[in-house]
Amino acid sequence: MSRTRTPVVTGWFTGEGEEFRLLGTRCSACTSVFFPREDAFCRNPGCPGGDLEEIPLSRRGRVWSYTDSRYRPPSPYVSDPELEWQPYALIAVELESERLVVLGQTVPGVTVADLTVGMEVEVVPGVLNEDAETTWTTWHWRPTGVTA
Amino acid sequence: MTGEVAVLGAGMHPWGKWGRGFVEYGTVAARAALADAGVDWRDVGSIVGADTVRGGYPGYVAGATFAKALGWQGARVASVYAACASGAQAVNTARAQILSGLADVVLVVGADAAPKGFFRPAGGDRADDPDWLRFRVLGATNPTYFGLYARRRMAVHGDTLEDFAQVKVKNAALGALNPNARYRKRVTAEEVAASAVVADPLRLLDICATSDGAAALVLSSMEFARRHGAADPVRIRAVSTVTPRYPNTVLDLPDIATDSAVAAEPAADTFRSSIARAAYEEAGIGPEDLSLAEVYDLSTALELQWYEDLGLCGEGEAAKLLREGATASGGRIPVNASGGLASFGEAVPAQAIAQVCELTWQLRGTAGDRQVAGARVGITANQGLFGHGSSVIAVR
Repeated sequence: MSRTRTPVVTGWFTGEGEEFRLLGTRCSACTSVFFPREDAFCRNPGCPGGDLEEIPLSRRGRVWSYTDSRYRPPSPYVSDPELEWQPYALIAVELESERLVVLGQTVPGVTVADLTVGMEVEVVPGVLNEDAETTWTTWHWRPTGVTA
Repeated sequence: MTGEVAVLGAGMHPWGKWGRGFVEYGTVAARAALADAGVDWRDVGSIVGADTVRGGYPGYVAGATFAKALGWQGARVASVYAACASGAQAVNTARAQILSGLADVVLVVGADAAPKGFFRPAGGDRADDPDWLRFRVLGATNPTYFGLYARRRMAVHGDTLEDFAQVKVKNAALGALNPNARYRKRVTAEEVAASAVVADPLRLLDICATSDGAAALVLSSMEFARRHGAADPVRIRAVSTVTPRYPNTVLDLPDIATDSAVAAEPAADTFRSSIARAAYEEAGIGPEDLSLAEVYDLSTALELQWYEDLGLCGEGEAAKLLREGATASGGRIPVNASGGLASFGEAVPAQAIAQVCELTWQLRGTAGDRQVAGARVGITANQGLFGHGSSVIAVR
């Protein structure tokens, strides 16, 4: 039986392969960008308020900082308790043109030993977890020097 | 400057893992604070409880829960929640009532009974809750945020793992002298380095535990204190409960991203430094006037960050201040004379109140073996997730 691919959160990212992008919103009045997306109101207190339009975020950014999870995170993070815990790295990435920092997991196989602050990374599609019916998809950060 | 309120009494239930309920801990702390103040509970006009989210309804209505446990006597009641900053909000609520003339004497109580392991969000399937999302989408526990801040300091300021370890060594030495601390054993840098990595680059002994514990204060008007015979009480001169300013460009728990600075320039100082600045401005003092500081060392690296945010040194100079011994016992500006969260572990709604208890004992000169000589002015600093600043300045 094939699983359905479903984004872990609706409307936060779109596309496949080279076309994959995080999705934010931008205020038509003040140009503030929001991720996670704001769809109701602009949060800039100096803005008279404009329409919020969906925009793709920059594909590439630079590592602001990084860490990892050496122990199994609690629910609602999903992991198989039967399997030995495999640590994964988390990166906070600075997007230059949006002037914001976005967290994300790295692609599998990239550890903190492979990372430095300031390194260029790009956003790629990833799988968060799978259950009987669903493959839950997410975004991952990958150093641009890595093609695996 | 606003008016001052008197600290008539301070009390705690010792921190630990005791296996009992938060109501019992809070009641012990409240009774201790009332006894310390020499005030009968029936003469207290108002009670303010700092909420715990772990107690179900009794935790959400902590003020009423403690009032009932102490014996209903008709006092005005309030319950406040601001995550780790809940205790400071409770102190501020009490202060506002006293300064506005709504109450002469207010009892402030915070208590928690913490679960084992990582803090986790409330249950259910709640994609509209940033705290739920960061666990579901990223598995981002609190220590991973501490790890991000620590690695950033290493890259930008050149802090080392040895610097972080020395914060733990300092705080453990002070906690060993504190009968209310959970961990009362000195720790070496080698022991920190030998402990397991939890969130790179931080190890188990760099990160504070979660604890059971309770703290309480009896606050009053200066006029009531005089009538009560407290001629020279410790006074609370400032309470800062500020929020961030848009755009907040330092990644904060539980957020997955910062605000964007594309349309509005960030303020010159960060949210954390604005917390202390508001307290200094309200008190009419500066960092050079401080005798001691109690800061929220959720991690060893975060304690160093607070040195800079409180203006104890310039940006990037915290590790140097630590290495010089300025923040240790007997130094120019001892930080976490209580032993800090490193020695207590965090009992969320009690912790900011416990910081003020420590200032009270230090300013009275009754802190025993960990006494800061000649302490006259103290500051606490803390930050609650979801944008809650907290800082209290007390003087004597």
